[in-house]
Amino acid sequence: MHGLINRAVQSFVCETYGQSCWINVTEAAELGFSEFEAMLVYNDEMTLRVLDILCAKLKRPRGELLEDLGTYLVSHPNMEGLRRLLRFGGETYVEFLHSLDDLSDRVRLAVSDLTLPVLELREVSPAEFQLYCYPGLKGYSSVMVGVLRAIADDYGALAMLSHAGTEGEVEIISIVLIESAFAEGRQFDLGARG
Amino acid sequence: MMEASDLSSLLGLLCPMFVLVDEQGQITSVGPTLQKLRPEQPMQGQGFLDLFELVRPRSITTTAALLSLAGAKLHLKLRDEPRTALKGLVAPLPGNKGAIINLSFGISILDAVRDYALTSADFSGTDLAIELLYFVEAKSAAMEASRSLNLRLQGAMLAAEEQAFTDMLTGLKNRRAMDVLLGHMASGNAPFALMHLDLDFFKSVNDRLGHAAGDFVLQQAARIMEEETRSDDMVARVGGDEFVIIIKGLTDEGVLSSIAGRLIDRLRQPTVFESETCRVSASVGIALSTQFSSLKAAEILKAADQALYDAKRSGRSRYSFFSPPAGSITDPPKLQGSPQPRSGISGQ
Repeated sequence: MHGLINRAVQSFVCETYGQSCWINVTEAAELGFSEFEAMLVYNDEMTLRVLDILCAKLKRPRGELLEDLGTYLVSHPNMEGLRRLLRFGGETYVEFLHSLDDLSDRVRLAVSDLTLPVLELREVSPAEFQLYCYPGLKGYSSVMVGVLRAIADDYGALAMLSHAGTEGEVEIISIVLIESAFAEGRQFDLGARG
Repeated sequence: MMEASDLSSLLGLLCPMFVLVDEQGQITSVGPTLQKLRPEQPMQGQGFLDLFELVRPRSITTTAALLSLAGAKLHLKLRDEPRTALKGLVAPLPGNKGAIINLSFGISILDAVRDYALTSADFSGTDLAIELLYFVEAKSAAMEASRSLNLRLQGAMLAAEEQAFTDMLTGLKNRRAMDVLLGHMASGNAPFALMHLDLDFFKSVNDRLGHAAGDFVLQQAARIMEEETRSDDMVARVGGDEFVIIIKGLTDEGVLSSIAGRLIDRLRQPTVFESETCRVSASVGIALSTQFSSLKAAEILKAADQALYDAKRSGRSRYSFFSPPAGSITDPPKLQGSPQPRSGISGQ
C-alpha cells in the first residue's frame, strides 16, 4: 500500500484519537516503526493489520471508521492541500462529481506509483447520481462516502450519501442532491498557493 | 459574413482572451477574461500597440506590420503594471478588415491567477490552464513529501556513517576511519606525524580481572589520548589494544617527544576498577610524513610499526622514532633509547 495512504490513516488516527492511540496500534500490529513515510510503498498486509487492530480497539466497524477518514481528508486543516487539489475538480459540486471520473488519472499524474481504483459517475437524474467504485482498494468506497459528504459541505451543497449495494465487485454509492447552494461554501482561490 | 457582434460573442465563448482589432489597430472588442486584467480600463477603443508591448518579434512597431504576422507566435507584455507576459497569435480577417489576436498566459499563468483572482470560469473548457495549476500544486506537494523523506534519510545516512567509522567501545575512530583519513593525508602535501601506540600488559589485566576491567582500561586510555591531542588530530583504535594517532601539521621531534612522553606517563598511572587496581603501560612508535619522498599510507604505518617494535625491544614505556635506512632523503639521528631531552624513556 502506498505510503500516502498509510500516512493518511496515521494522521487521521493521531489527530482524532491521539498520538498514544496510534503508537499502541503500531505496536500491536508489530510494524517495527510508528511513522509511515509518505513516499515509500509498504506491504498491503501492514495497512490491513493496522485497520483491523484500530477497529477492534475503538470497537467501531471498519466502514464507519473509513468514512470518518474520508471526512477528515477533506475537512481537517492539516489536509488543506488535499482539499485544494480536489476543488480543482470543478466550480460546483455537480462539476466536482463529474470530475471524479478523472480522479485516478489525476492522482497518477501527481504521484506516478499511487494507483487508486477507477470511479465512474452515472447520472440518474439531474439531482441523483450513482458513483461506481471499481475494485482495487478494499474500503475505498467507504472513504469516498466520507470524502463526498465533506466536500459537499465545502461547496455549500446539501447532499445525501449512502451505499447502494454492489454489482459484482463494483461498489455503488448513491448521491442525492437536495440543494446545490444550500449554504455558503468554503473559499477556493486558484492562486492561493503558498 | 456574420455581424461583428456575433463574431465577438462566438469568440468570447471559444477564446475568452481574444482581441478584435480593425485595420488601424484599434481594439473593437475583447474577451471577458482579458478585460478582467484591467477592470478599471475598458480596452475597447484603445490602440492594440498602446496597450500591449510586442516583446518578440521586436522589430514590429506598426499596425500594418503586426497584421501581416499571420500565424506567427507573438510574445507580448502589458505596458502598465502588473506587466503580465502574454503569448499571442494573429489571424487576419479577410478583406483587410483587421485581425483576431488570440492571447494566453503561457507560463505566467501561475502569477496571473493570483494577481487577477481568476477562477476556472475564466478559462475555456478546453484550456489546459486548470490542469496545469492542479499539476503544479500536486507536484509541489509530492515534491515536498519527497524532500522531507530525503532529509530524514540523509540524517540517517550520516548517523550510520558516523557509526561505521566509530569504535563503539571507546568512542574513538576505528580502523576504517583511520584508513580513510590516512589515505587522504598521504595523497596530500600537508606534513603530519603518525604514532602507533600499544598498551603493554593489557592482556594480563584482561586475563586476571576479566573483560569488564579490560574494557574499562581501554576507555580510560582512549580518554587520555583524546585529552593529550588536539581536536584536529585523530585517535583511532585499530586493534584490541593498539591505537594510531595522526597528528596534523606537526613533525617537530621535540614536540612529538613531549606528547609521547606525556601519553606514556599518564597511561602508566594505575586505575581502579571495582576496587581492583589495573596497571598497564604504553609503547609508542612514531613516523613522520617528511621521512618519505613519495608517501604511501602502508609505508608510514609500517614505519611507525617498526619504531614501535624498537621501542618495545628496548623496554616498555618507551617511545621511538622511525629511522629511515641510510641514503634515504632525510637522515635524522636515530632517537630510540637516546637520552634526554629526546629520551625514549618517559617519566624517569
